[in-house]
Amino acid sequence: MAHKKVYIYRLFERIWHWTQALLIFALIFTGFEIHSSYTAIGFENAVRYHNVAAISLIILIIFAIFWHFTTDEWKQYIPTTKNLKAQINYYITGIFKNAPHPTRKTLLSKLNPLQRLVYLALKLFMIPLMVITGLLYLFYRYPAKGRIESLEWVNLEVVALLHTLGAFMLVAFVIAHVYLITTGHTLSSNLKAMITGYEELEEDADGEDQHGTEPEQKRETTHIEQQINDTEK
Amino acid sequence: MRQFAQLFFLVLLPVTLLGILIYDIQNLPGYNNLEELRDDYGDRVRTVTDHSGFSELQVEFGSAHEVTEACLRCHESRGHELLNSHHFTWMREDYIPGRGAIYYGKRNGLNNFCTGIAGSEATCSRCHAGFGYTGKEYDFTNPYNIDCLSCHDNSGHYQKGRGTAGYPVEGLDYSRIFAALGSPQMANCGTCHFHSAGGNNIKHGDLEAALLTSGKEVDIHMGYDGMHMTCVDCHQTENHVMKGRYYGISSSSHNRASCSDCHTPFPHKDDLTNAHTLKVDCRTCHIPVYAKVNPTKMSWDWSTATRELDTTGRGISIYNDEGEKVYFSDKGTFTWQRMVEPEYVWFNGTADRHLLTDTVASTPVKINHLLGSYHDPSSRIVPVKVHRGTHPYDMVHGTLLQAKLWDPEEGKGGLWIDYDWDAALRAGMDYLGLPYSGEFKFVETEMSLPVSHMVSPAVEALSCTDCHTRDNGRLAALTGFYMPGRDRNLVIDMIGKAMIWLALIGVISHASLRVISRRRLKTTSA
Repeated sequence: MAHKKVYIYRLFERIWHWTQALLIFALIFTGFEIHSSYTAIGFENAVRYHNVAAISLIILIIFAIFWHFTTDEWKQYIPTTKNLKAQINYYITGIFKNAPHPTRKTLLSKLNPLQRLVYLALKLFMIPLMVITGLLYLFYRYPAKGRIESLEWVNLEVVALLHTLGAFMLVAFVIAHVYLITTGHTLSSNLKAMITGYEELEEDADGEDQHGTEPEQKRETTHIEQQINDTEK
Repeated sequence: MRQFAQLFFLVLLPVTLLGILIYDIQNLPGYNNLEELRDDYGDRVRTVTDHSGFSELQVEFGSAHEVTEACLRCHESRGHELLNSHHFTWMREDYIPGRGAIYYGKRNGLNNFCTGIAGSEATCSRCHAGFGYTGKEYDFTNPYNIDCLSCHDNSGHYQKGRGTAGYPVEGLDYSRIFAALGSPQMANCGTCHFHSAGGNNIKHGDLEAALLTSGKEVDIHMGYDGMHMTCVDCHQTENHVMKGRYYGISSSSHNRASCSDCHTPFPHKDDLTNAHTLKVDCRTCHIPVYAKVNPTKMSWDWSTATRELDTTGRGISIYNDEGEKVYFSDKGTFTWQRMVEPEYVWFNGTADRHLLTDTVASTPVKINHLLGSYHDPSSRIVPVKVHRGTHPYDMVHGTLLQAKLWDPEEGKGGLWIDYDWDAALRAGMDYLGLPYSGEFKFVETEMSLPVSHMVSPAVEALSCTDCHTRDNGRLAALTGFYMPGRDRNLVIDMIGKAMIWLALIGVISHASLRVISRRRLKTTSA
């Protein structure tokens, strides 16, 4: 079994990712309270923290955009059809047969073709949709120079419904995204990579099917893996 | 350890920083400046002037008119001012959008309580700032018809009689009154405005005698432990032109008294709350309930009047367990309510009204109709007391009818004297010179009165979820605009929930398949 520790995610990338994750969770949690889906921290607090988290996220996004362009990292999101079908097939069938990942992660190409497409859509459609509708929602009435001004051309209903629709889509995305973390080389390798920056990758695609070998059992196992191992015994 | 350090820097640190960002200076406790404000604006020393030493006033007065003459001898131009004051004219020119200019007031108007004064002036004019108003031949240009003392007597001794056309009771000790003259006190205004429609708090619900003695929990401005202000502190008056509109009679948006006469237009610490003032009137949140002490009349069904009489043919009164008069032969059936949550309407300060010459198009007839809408930039949501009732209606002409309610003599058509609807309606409509077919029934009517008093301390103001809630919020009846927390699009919510369920089902089935296939692979490889 040959493993290689590869540096995938840079420090800024990791801070950006986790802060964004936290803010999006906060936005979802407070946002659906504003939508009257449940009562948790109170409407007034929900609105206040939703707005604080929203402004924080926008600031973070501005930094992230700057980072992507100055480091050329934006090129990671250029869509490609190469291996796209293979990646889809991997999730549909390969993963159940312990087939190797069809694409390899490197610092230069850290996203698989499916990720490229989904994240590009996220950046080009979802985030702008949420930011624009969110800002209109926030500022269609605003205090200015001693009076309250109003953006008369804004139809709050359209703005609010688009914002709500986007929120539902984001929740669905987060569910899929959190699950797909577990589809790395091991259940936790993707998560570890996003925390430490380093991911253990298979050096040789053919050396993949190594379950039950000594080094594999020595590594830290997650709860699920432990269960699987237990039932095996 | 290294992993823990990384975890700290990447996850916990951003969380902490965010927490600091979220920490909100708006939540710092505000300081209580009520006493300071009271010293500056409320509780002022009232200017009561002792006139009792003036030789002009140390005479025997033959009539109330002579008292007025004595007043005007020094206060020369005041008489002219009062001749133009609606407290005296009971009529004024107004403009109603969609209707045009009208000449309207108590003299020819309808209300949803005692219906109208036409033909019954001699008893209604107990609240007229004048003497001798018994009917349409009254001289509204004679300054000696003005009653100065009903508003300017601070002694509490002056009193108008019942059914005396506004003349005071006999045997007043004028020297006592002249010793304490001044600008109107709450008791002066309250004599009429607390007791309008025939008794305490019947009409307004937010104006009643309890305001004279209650604390700030009833009214932050007038309460003795609040600002301790009086009526004219807000209804400021110059040359007898008084600020403030009562939309039972007024129709146009000028010379209104407003919260922002004293408060800034955005007085909250929080901009989000301030932004509400664009569409929501201060009163909506700050008067969560009215009729806080004594009940107010919520409905008045005239159709049962005259139905129950005692064996001698006189009127009877029926009271409920609360001591509220629920039936009176003169006036019909009533319902009362305390601690009432207002209803809410869009209002831009203008109102239309149902005139006696208008035909009824639909019921309930809006005796007054507050105008406004969400899309009108000058409209705001205001709290209203909606008073519901019934009104006599001419089945042939399709108009509302004015009954003559009172007359000093029997057989002149006064409803409260003769208990005969047909005769009362004939007398009332004859008096007004309007047609009456003789066939009448009762139709439902309603009147909306903006609630402006009984402002609660700030801590009792409405909170977000009183309105921003899915069901049964305060503004549930105001539709046609999107309100966060109340409104949603069912289709979008359904699509959204479906997406979430699909994602969950997909994830769970994919994960289960992985577990199963992995186990199978292991068994085969073993």
